[in-house]
Amino acid sequence: MIFSLVITGAPYSTQCADTALRFARSVLQQGHTLHRVFFYADGVHSGSALASPPQDEFNIPQAWAELASEYQLDLVVCIAAAVRRGVLDSNEARRYEKDGHNLAGDFTLSGLGQLVEAGIVSDRVVTFGA
Amino acid sequence: MTLHTLNKTPHESNALQDCLAALSDGDALLLIENGVYCAMPAHAELFTRLPGGVQCYLLQADVQARGLSDLNPEFRGIDYDDFVTLSCRYEKVVSWF
Amino acid sequence: MSEQKKSFLIINRCAPYGSSNARDALDVALTVSVFEQPLSLLFLDDGVLQLLPNHNPADIAQKNLSANLAMLEMYDIDQIFVCEKALQQRGLTSESLGLKARTLNATEIADLIKKHDQVLSF
Repeated sequence: MIFSLVITGAPYSTQCADTALRFARSVLQQGHTLHRVFFYADGVHSGSALASPPQDEFNIPQAWAELASEYQLDLVVCIAAAVRRGVLDSNEARRYEKDGHNLAGDFTLSGLGQLVEAGIVSDRVVTFGA
Repeated sequence: MTLHTLNKTPHESNALQDCLAALSDGDALLLIENGVYCAMPAHAELFTRLPGGVQCYLLQADVQARGLSDLNPEFRGIDYDDFVTLSCRYEKVVSWF
Repeated sequence: MSEQKKSFLIINRCAPYGSSNARDALDVALTVSVFEQPLSLLFLDDGVLQLLPNHNPADIAQKNLSANLAMLEMYDIDQIFVCEKALQQRGLTSESLGLKARTLNATEIADLIKKHDQVLSF
């Protein structure tokens, strides 16, 4: 079965980023396809490479990155929601003339079309909201 | 048939009321995160008039995290693997938050 | 564009301006319509407040949501539904709203969810 996930809650402020991650692991371990994970609204902060939680806490961006490299995941961060909130890749940093960029390597910025496309091709879309 | 997930306590928002009103025969309800507090015995009355065949579940990890016990026996504890299995068994997943 | 079709239902449960949910939902709705997929919008709970007329958010530095909602018509999005009970609880009727929407009772809302493929909530 083909799954896509939508995450709209911020990591650390809400539990939903963590719930989504555990759900994603189970989806993959059961041999289903995870077509895309789409980060929207405050969910975009899950793509920040600068997140630095204490050692004994869960590093959510890093956990996604590890899962992505193990299973070749498509982690898409909504570009409009992200740049507003200061989550930028190198292209956007250049466009907005910012000194730095912070989108973690395994994530890509793209538009809402990626969310709708995921809805069209996936058997199940599961939203993790705050 | 639909799997409804709910992650709010009964007093946190209107999510529980909206979710209960939107249930159809044969749907399932899964409490996750703060939603597991809805299974406290004090709220049992809210779940006595569900449409026919509605199965009720809660995510055991969230129950355990919150130190809850003696919850409404209508709800069966499940893990993340079961959550995925339910998502496959039902035709779609609707999230209430 | 994809050959496949999936019907989308977007559920709005939040009041406008105080959070980004209303705008986020509208942006998704417009995108679904660009992809030419069947789409319905359902307003529950405080979401019905999005449909009140005469917004003027100039002084809170936000875009006018009702002007944007009016764009729905231009995009041929006409499957717009509101929860009858949510209106009543707020002392509103469908006539108080700034756009044409069909009122639904609980059973009709459950049926609406049943007949869509993907349901996205905001």
